[in-house]
Amino acid sequence: MPKDFLQGAHDRYDVIVIGSGLAGLTAANTLARAGRSVLLLEQHYKLGGMATWFRRPGGHIFDISLHGFPVGMVKSCRRYWTSEIADSIVQLKNIRFDNPMFSLTTTFNREDFTRLLVERFQVAADAVRSFFDTARGMNFYDDQRMTTGELFERSFPGREDVIRLLMEPITYANGSTLEDPAISYGIVFSNFMSKGVFTFQGGTDHLIKLMHADLLKSGVDVRIRADVERIIIRGGRVWGVRVNGREIAAGSVVSNANLKSTIFKLVGEERFDPSFRDEARSVRLNNSSCQVYMALKPGDELDENLGDLLFSSTAPLFRTEALLSRDVTSRTYSFYYPRTRPGSDRCMIVSSTNARYEDWAGLSRDDYEASKQDLVETTLDAASKYVPNIRERVDHAEASTPLTFHHYTKHLDGASFGTKFEGLAVSRALPEQVSGLFHAGSVGIIMSGWLGAMNYGVIVANDVDNWLLKSAAAPVAPCAEVS
Amino acid sequence: MTSGEIKEVVLDILEGIAPDEDLSGIVDDVPLREQLELDSMDFLDIVMELRKRYRVQIPEDDYVELATMQSTVDYLAPLMKDLQKV
Repeated sequence: MPKDFLQGAHDRYDVIVIGSGLAGLTAANTLARAGRSVLLLEQHYKLGGMATWFRRPGGHIFDISLHGFPVGMVKSCRRYWTSEIADSIVQLKNIRFDNPMFSLTTTFNREDFTRLLVERFQVAADAVRSFFDTARGMNFYDDQRMTTGELFERSFPGREDVIRLLMEPITYANGSTLEDPAISYGIVFSNFMSKGVFTFQGGTDHLIKLMHADLLKSGVDVRIRADVERIIIRGGRVWGVRVNGREIAAGSVVSNANLKSTIFKLVGEERFDPSFRDEARSVRLNNSSCQVYMALKPGDELDENLGDLLFSSTAPLFRTEALLSRDVTSRTYSFYYPRTRPGSDRCMIVSSTNARYEDWAGLSRDDYEASKQDLVETTLDAASKYVPNIRERVDHAEASTPLTFHHYTKHLDGASFGTKFEGLAVSRALPEQVSGLFHAGSVGIIMSGWLGAMNYGVIVANDVDNWLLKSAAAPVAPCAEVS
Repeated sequence: MTSGEIKEVVLDILEGIAPDEDLSGIVDDVPLREQLELDSMDFLDIVMELRKRYRVQIPEDDYVELATMQSTVDYLAPLMKDLQKV
């Protein structure tokens, strides 16, 4: 008989959280700390969602999405997790760019970017100051009509090199493009520019281990390999979930699954108003990614001058379309030194490129494997520009594709940055459609990435706690059980 | 709770939220954001902490009432007048 991953689980909780991405984890912890009984359900065998890692023979550990986040993570980790987690956050000081327009190294904060823009790119100091102030003053509820491309054209007309410097890293951070609303760029850019780029020392595996321990301390009932088949609605409000064939009740359900999966697969479109259904259907997913993971032989150290993050491109100009093309010209390298995992003697390189699910989904088994191998080979060739003799030095190399992301996260189309901006309004409106049902996850770029997802988890936890308090005060009208 | 006690409660919550800030010189009628490094997540934390400690509910539309110490105390006074300080 298969193992029962729900053994000992209660029949009812105050809150069930579906999915253990950073938003789900943080919502669960916040609600448990507020005194709610919480059941956290994860379909995979590991917690973390996209905040994940994998091991390979020879003692190699690869991080998937530990590329750098804004300094705000320190405060959020201290407040919603533990000081041990917050104290493990360290700055990545060498951020590099290498493309046909410029090659440079920066600490990636406002001070250094101002210096670069004025001295090296010869932009007027006033224009730089005005741009930074505009970006910093943006709020998520501001006017969305201006696009990022228009913001750049207004601030730095005709300066494709400046646009590339300002835009390329953010495109990699959250999948946003020149065609998206300017606020989606400005808020994320300003978050990074306040102090620079930071990472978690110890690796993703260590972070998730610490979070798991804190969830247990907060009293969260944590279950892995618990695949939610359905969110159950009865009498017009959320009743609970069906998971691994068992029904469990809850006062409220928070879905950290992909927004569209939540609406169309876990609930079912018949439960929503036609206008909401249409709005949800028109939410665009962000693109997916390809990654190539390369581990150097034990003891072989990368030159620290390579930097921590390298935005490299051979494309003459910055174009969104070129970033998504299977004809890869742009790669972002994360270089991991032994200091990433103190005590380790390993150096890792992870190359990331944005990619489209449909470019990979239609391939035959053989073509798919061949394409993956080709991705590894072309990436090794490209990386040899920076890492001499890389082929002799690499102990292990493999690739992931949009299909890999889909397989492990169940995200529609393997989306690696959630949804486009319009997803935020749909996510926020979900409780108006089904009483007691909430969504927290990567939507609308601002609420994406490690910091955005974590903070959105807190925002939604606040809504849920408030709602539970209100619904406990209001008498519940008896209603027929309609499943 | 009196207005004075409510102010003590808010200061205590702020101390947890901004442990590195000196709260002794806060001016009551100047926006808190101009005196302390607070962002929107910090204001959300004030709301969550008030609910956790005193079950006080503050709807999202009313968050603007928390702009200054004076407006915060004025807003909370009718909601907390029958509560005991813990």
